[in-house]
Amino acid sequence: MAQITVTVNGTTEHHDVEPRTLLVHFLRERLSLTGTHVGCDTSQCGACTVLLDGASVKSCTVLAVQADGASITTIEGIAKDGQYHPLQTAFWEQHGLQCGFCTPGMIMSSIDLLRRNPSPSEAEIRAGLEGNICRCTGYHNIVNAVAAAAEQMRAAATPAHVN
Amino acid sequence: MTAPTTPAPSLFGASIKRREDPRFITGKGRFTDDVVMPGMTHAAFVRSPHAFAIIRSIDTSRASALPGVRAVFTGEQLAAAGVNGLPAGWLLPDIKVPYRPVLSVGHARHVGEAVAVVIADSAAVARDAAELVDVDYEPLVAVADTATALSHPTQIHDIAPDNRCFHWSIGDAAPVDAAFASAPHVVRQRFVNNRLAAMAMEPRASLASYDVAGDELTLYVTSQNPHVHRLIMGAFVLGLAEHRFRVIAPDVGGGFGSKIFIYPEEVVVAWAAKKIGRPVKWTATRSESFLTDAQGRDHVSEAEMALSNDGKVLALRVKTIANVGSGLSLFAPAVPTYLYATLLSGAYAIPAIHCEVDAVFTNTTPVDAYRGAGRPEACYLIERMMDLSAKHLGMSPVDIRRLNFIPAHAFPYQTPVALCYDSGNYEPALDMALTKADYASLLQRQAEGRANGRYIGIGFSTYIEACSIAPSQVVGALGSQAGLYESAHVRVHPTGSVTVYTGSHSHGQGHETTFAQIVADQLGIPMDAVDIVHGDTGKVQFGMGTYGSRSGALGGTSIYMSLQKIKDKAKKIAAHLLEAAEADIEFEGGKFYVRGAPDRAKQFADVTLAAYLGHNLPSGLEPGLEATSFFDPSNFTFPFGTHIAVVEIERSTGHVTLLNYIAVDDVGNVINPMIVDGMVHGGIAQGVAQALWESVHFAPDGQPLNASLMEYAVPRADQLIKYNTGRTVTPSPVNPLGVKGAGETGTIASTPAIANAVMDALSPFGVSHIDMPLTPSKLWTAMNGSTGGL
Repeated sequence: MAQITVTVNGTTEHHDVEPRTLLVHFLRERLSLTGTHVGCDTSQCGACTVLLDGASVKSCTVLAVQADGASITTIEGIAKDGQYHPLQTAFWEQHGLQCGFCTPGMIMSSIDLLRRNPSPSEAEIRAGLEGNICRCTGYHNIVNAVAAAAEQMRAAATPAHVN
Repeated sequence: MTAPTTPAPSLFGASIKRREDPRFITGKGRFTDDVVMPGMTHAAFVRSPHAFAIIRSIDTSRASALPGVRAVFTGEQLAAAGVNGLPAGWLLPDIKVPYRPVLSVGHARHVGEAVAVVIADSAAVARDAAELVDVDYEPLVAVADTATALSHPTQIHDIAPDNRCFHWSIGDAAPVDAAFASAPHVVRQRFVNNRLAAMAMEPRASLASYDVAGDELTLYVTSQNPHVHRLIMGAFVLGLAEHRFRVIAPDVGGGFGSKIFIYPEEVVVAWAAKKIGRPVKWTATRSESFLTDAQGRDHVSEAEMALSNDGKVLALRVKTIANVGSGLSLFAPAVPTYLYATLLSGAYAIPAIHCEVDAVFTNTTPVDAYRGAGRPEACYLIERMMDLSAKHLGMSPVDIRRLNFIPAHAFPYQTPVALCYDSGNYEPALDMALTKADYASLLQRQAEGRANGRYIGIGFSTYIEACSIAPSQVVGALGSQAGLYESAHVRVHPTGSVTVYTGSHSHGQGHETTFAQIVADQLGIPMDAVDIVHGDTGKVQFGMGTYGSRSGALGGTSIYMSLQKIKDKAKKIAAHLLEAAEADIEFEGGKFYVRGAPDRAKQFADVTLAAYLGHNLPSGLEPGLEATSFFDPSNFTFPFGTHIAVVEIERSTGHVTLLNYIAVDDVGNVINPMIVDGMVHGGIAQGVAQALWESVHFAPDGQPLNASLMEYAVPRADQLIKYNTGRTVTPSPVNPLGVKGAGETGTIASTPAIANAVMDALSPFGVSHIDMPLTPSKLWTAMNGSTGGL
């Protein structure tokens, strides 16, 4: 067992974990943050995407022990004061989800995408989400949602970065 | 509680934002793997590494000895405990149905077949222990190839000589033969319809617990049809009575057909939970999904089309070999027969059609319904044949389609392959698509491009499809072991809010929104006053679930029927309260009033309260206000439309770029256009993917070659484009909502549109057909093969 201290969605957590525990399993099983999903076993699908010190990572490819000392944001932590993050709102308004399974990872990746590039073109959005698979939407409305959120965030001068 | 009395505007046909989304965008969805129970254990399966092998022995001693392991079970132990095999849910004459145990007994017949199960205190220990189960296999020569399975020396099942599961035919051969004998033109082509993985984003999962005190087993499972799971697992496999077996399909992360079927793992989990007295959970890894989720398509067909000099189709003859995999998945027999060959008339008036199908066993993952299920295979074949015929005759692909369309005045239209199309008007959809594509300009652009070494292709698909397979009496006569109706219970509460219990199941379709739109629209109450309950056999009366684009036409209509019963009874109460004749009562905008005297009125909530108070009801009328309906329609519904794909092939690499995609669909009346567009988008992506990228490959020895997301080419955002959608509306006459079904049109229509576009782009190279997926290497080879290199 290894002891780790992480800050998850603003709350500090101390836990003993098996060294082989993946960050995604730590989040889901120890912290009951089941919004972060597991869709594959080869780090391809992106359903497990979270922010690690502000940058998107696939939490199936990070050991919990590697996150020791880090700050982690999951889908459960991006709404503030009862207000959805602009990407949450945009995914809802633009019908950017159907079954909802890829959605948390898609939104977390999009947060990092807009942090790095607040005014992405359609091609840049598509390239930026290349690591997240959706099987329902054909990506059409996901691309629209990210573009709409980018516009809204620029207009509101909301920092894209969440921590 | 506030009585919902504010009248709502017409909600049927409005793009209402989805009510299910807040939980998904906040990470509060509740999928099967999210459910945790006290004392929960975890299952891991030992799987065959061989495509075909005799199982000589299984030694579980090392696995059992690992700390944390609670039990290890083999197929023989399950059989001894009375667990039956998985049944086939659709039977055909002379079909061979091999016994399909949930864990292998004697032989393993595909890579990934579950041979044994380990149950342990953690998922990690269960997997560690599964590695310690020592299985002594004697590998046998396997059969993997569809086209040669019938002549392969290996026989996979004792009961199935030549590996033939069934031989089946439809249509009258004599007029077909006569037409071919005298036809001035015959066009022939062999088609391979590539095998696909459904690849729902949520892997299959199950969690069972047994309550000793109540003698009730509860199973959470990734199912599109929890009552079907309960019926088949309870009655046929485990011997459990339905009132003591509850199946819950909570949020389900996509299905596309693959979560219709009963799989070994959920049976084992349910049985083991009772056996060991602890909850048992299993969640598939993606690798397990690729090995064990039922796959789709996998046909090899020889098609021949007889034509007149002016391009009229005179007859169609098709011989298909359909690969069903190692054993029969639940609805496998229906897919390459009644869901495929019956659609071979397409959108065209073809006087004579005959189709023969041989279904074959192979040592591969079982094949069953995947989005479209038979209809994409039919649509691909007929739409490719229309293009090949046009090319043969020197006609435009538009003209040959228009010439052969079933005319608008001919509906209902009886085809030579059993189906009677409910309604249709094909030319307006084609015209709208041509306008959207700006076809004349496109042709000019194509010609200019070719002159400059740019290879642009324009592909058409003027498809039809069939939704909500019915009626039950007919499908029963054709071999279905289930009825295919749908049910709804509508419960109006005393203060006028409503709970609907639907037998449909939503795994992305948005029923919590669209069904609430129907209710709010019919009762004139706000959507907030309506809850839609689905996916729990402990709450919902019964249901056949969601697949085959059936939920609007069947689930929606059964709700509508219950609402009429509710309104009829409420009208009686309103008339009584208003001291008027029932015939004089109008119901509009949530208000009952006396015709001609709108001030003499009762709000819906006043009437519902009266129904439950029971103080002042018409003589003989029971208190309460709820109604149950089962809707079994008179026919399928037949959506149609025109899709146009525009692609460019890069000459130096064979890479295909999508330039434009136009989809004009007619799905009858539309409840929520935003949701229909979304389903069309996703369907197009899956159909495009079959044409260009996706294909499940097995080596000749049955080893899967691309069973992970590292190798299987599910499309990413950067491979696709925005889709240009439009609609015509031809209501269906077979249900009162006039809806047809929109879940599969995109998948069915888009594959041939893309293939036709690629072949059109390749026409300067003298290439007329390449089998899917149309990968750069195939296209590069084709372009260079016929020109002698760059």
